[in-house]
Amino acid sequence: MWTSVLLASAGCYALKLLGLSVPPRVLDDRRVRHVGSLLPIAMLSAFIATQTFGDGTDLAFDARVAGVAMAAVCVWRRLPFLVVIVAACAATALVRLAA
Amino acid sequence: MRSIVRDALVVGVATGAYGVSFGAIASAAGFGVAQACVLSLVMFTGASQFALVAVPDNPGAGAWTALLLGTRNALYGLRIAPLLHARGTTRLAAAHVVIDESTAMAVARDEPADARVAFWATGVSIYVLWNVATFAGALAGDHLSDPEVFGLDAAAPAAFLALLVPRLHGREAWVLAAAAALVALAATPVVPSGVPVLLAAAVAAAAGVRGSR
Repeated sequence: MWTSVLLASAGCYALKLLGLSVPPRVLDDRRVRHVGSLLPIAMLSAFIATQTFGDGTDLAFDARVAGVAMAAVCVWRRLPFLVVIVAACAATALVRLAA
Repeated sequence: MRSIVRDALVVGVATGAYGVSFGAIASAAGFGVAQACVLSLVMFTGASQFALVAVPDNPGAGAWTALLLGTRNALYGLRIAPLLHARGTTRLAAAHVVIDESTAMAVARDEPADARVAFWATGVSIYVLWNVATFAGALAGDHLSDPEVFGLDAAAPAAFLALLVPRLHGREAWVLAAAAALVALAATPVVPSGVPVLLAAAVAAAAGVRGSR
């Protein structure tokens, strides 16, 4: 765990420094920027799906679904980040308690 | 000038607050308090940090996802380098606080001088509060015997959802988000954990290269 923590941390810093240091035209390609804007969308969406329905290498439908649904309502109502998280946890805990 | 700093502090406090959830999620996933704190001190880019702790049973895949999500900071750097004119050690320090929020606050200003103040004030206030909050959250999470009783396993997907929704502008984004989720779920029973998200990243790269041709 420490290895990936340290290597990924160093790598993330190197990426930030790279952006400030290279002449703009090197990375400022239309395709690079387009892929750069799409990557977070695809990865965040994949994370939401796997963390909601994934259970190791199995798929599951459990109390987490209620939590994420609650989070979706909170995000839609533009509630603050921390409220979204706490509401999601509370909904999951309550459904789990009831089951 | 004063209002720029005030805005920066407000963003810092709001963002710092979710450092608490990062600390708690990290320790619920089995990362130690020290590891959570190193991530916030050194990696210091929220989505990548959440991504790394999301797959504790496959830290290698977690590291790759963190790096891929971190590539957007390089693009932010390109955007703000002409505003900052940072050289030498100043540039080394500036690079550390190139994140979503500091970039957004800087590019929202018309005058380069205002942009510089906004960048530094936002970056530094988030850095300090995010790290204090991570430490508090990790300590608190460490004292929970069974995080699932408190529904903490829903905290990470909820956090990712709150990070995703502001990026969903237009049809292409929605279609990509749906496709990525389906690919990741279809891959989950077949490949080791952590890999489904990397496959979704490949889908985005393919879509991006095709779409901008």
